[in-house]
Amino acid sequence: MKAWLLPGLVIAALLSAWQIAASTGVVAEALSLEPFLIPSPAEIAESLWENRSLLAENAWVTLREVVLGIACALVAGLGFAVLLHLSETLRRATYPLLVGTQAIPTIIVAPILIVWFGYGIGPKLAIVALICFFPITVNALDGLRSVNPDAIKLMRTLDASRWQIFHRVEAPSALPYAFSGVKIAVAVAVIAAVFGEWVAADSGLGWLIRLDTSQLETARAFAASAVLAAISVALFGLLALAERRVVTWR
Amino acid sequence: MSVSIRGLGHSYGELRTIERLDLELEPNGVIGLVGPSGCGKSTLLELVCGLLEPSSGTIAVGTAERADERLAQCAYMPQRDLLLPWYSALDNAALALRNRGLGRSEARRRARELFERFGLAGFERTAPAALSGGMRQRVAFLRTLVAGKPLLALDEPFAALDAITRAEMQEWLAAALGSDPRAAILVSHDVEEALYLSDRVAVLSDRPARIVAELSAPHPRAPDRDAAITAPAFVAVREEAMRALHAGMR
Repeated sequence: MKAWLLPGLVIAALLSAWQIAASTGVVAEALSLEPFLIPSPAEIAESLWENRSLLAENAWVTLREVVLGIACALVAGLGFAVLLHLSETLRRATYPLLVGTQAIPTIIVAPILIVWFGYGIGPKLAIVALICFFPITVNALDGLRSVNPDAIKLMRTLDASRWQIFHRVEAPSALPYAFSGVKIAVAVAVIAAVFGEWVAADSGLGWLIRLDTSQLETARAFAASAVLAAISVALFGLLALAERRVVTWR
Repeated sequence: MSVSIRGLGHSYGELRTIERLDLELEPNGVIGLVGPSGCGKSTLLELVCGLLEPSSGTIAVGTAERADERLAQCAYMPQRDLLLPWYSALDNAALALRNRGLGRSEARRRARELFERFGLAGFERTAPAALSGGMRQRVAFLRTLVAGKPLLALDEPFAALDAITRAEMQEWLAAALGSDPRAAILVSHDVEEALYLSDRVAVLSDRPARIVAELSAPHPRAPDRDAAITAPAFVAVREEAMRALHAGMR
């Protein structure tokens, strides 16, 4: 209960300040804008309620892209981390490349991906996976390499095979690190999915926000953003919960 | 199981750790190795266990001479207990059995018998983090015993414990070795501990390590530790060992 009190107060204070600033029109006046362009939290909440089915429909599209994209990155990232861990040569050969993937400007690559994979969910998954791949791989690899070398020696004198050392010692040691990687991935995955929709889509919250801004439906654009934030927080919370269930020894 | 080391030399690159070392261990005997810190005691232990290859000389554990053959004969107990936090105390103790392909319930059944014999009954399902330092060390020792190897390699097994627990654990280990006789090499920086637990103590010099003195313990693993370590004969040998230790340091 107490843990929620402080952030709750901060959010309430910010919303109140915003409400006052928007409803009195001071911000609009200061920026010489039409007041309807700066919606108050109350108007956003109203829009959230009125457009609930539209928002839910598009949130579902985005959520699917995020979750499936992370799943792709998870499979590829964990697999790659294990390969790099097992082969020193492969690690030396490909680590710079791995870091390089992070420097790929998604904003430029996205349209190419659309050309390659078409208009559907494909390019969005690719963008989300591309962005999530790096934190997952790097964290999992760090985890695998963090194992106490004495523990490996111990396992060897206890007749462990390479596979047993991996699944009894290295993999559990790496688990908390992998979770950290996925948590970072979740935070950026939502942005990646929205970006993919921004470039080319006919549904999803990113598409909706783009539509709303072009039609000056600012209240609904903010409402869609609020839903996006909620998705992020919910996924992060689920992960934290899963981590506590799985990593019981910490 | 006997151990025979002839003309052993080892170096890490330019750093010579061990030079022309000879050591014999009679079947089921316990030999203590004491020496200044960083002198290569632990390296010697890893060499015997087959975790490292010597640069020169030979090591025979029974008839096993190759590193992988020695590895099959030795059970190593590292300085820190290195219990795996994701397994219960019982599953930690049963690791060697699991590694050899035994099913979980059969491995647990066999390890449980030892828990009762060694005063750990009731702690089978406890997580390592919830055990006291002394208890953790007991579980770590059982893990070494359960492996069923003819030679125990104990690397400062009680170094991390406080003085009182340490004395208790020495008595406990003495009793354990009495009821389940094994050949053992005990590395310690504590002359008293080595003389109490071993039949013989070899004093090593500074790096590169060689043996500067070999002393017989007056009353190895006596049931009453306090009486044993204050007996005049014990005190005399301890003084002799200390002199040898000082002589070996430059």
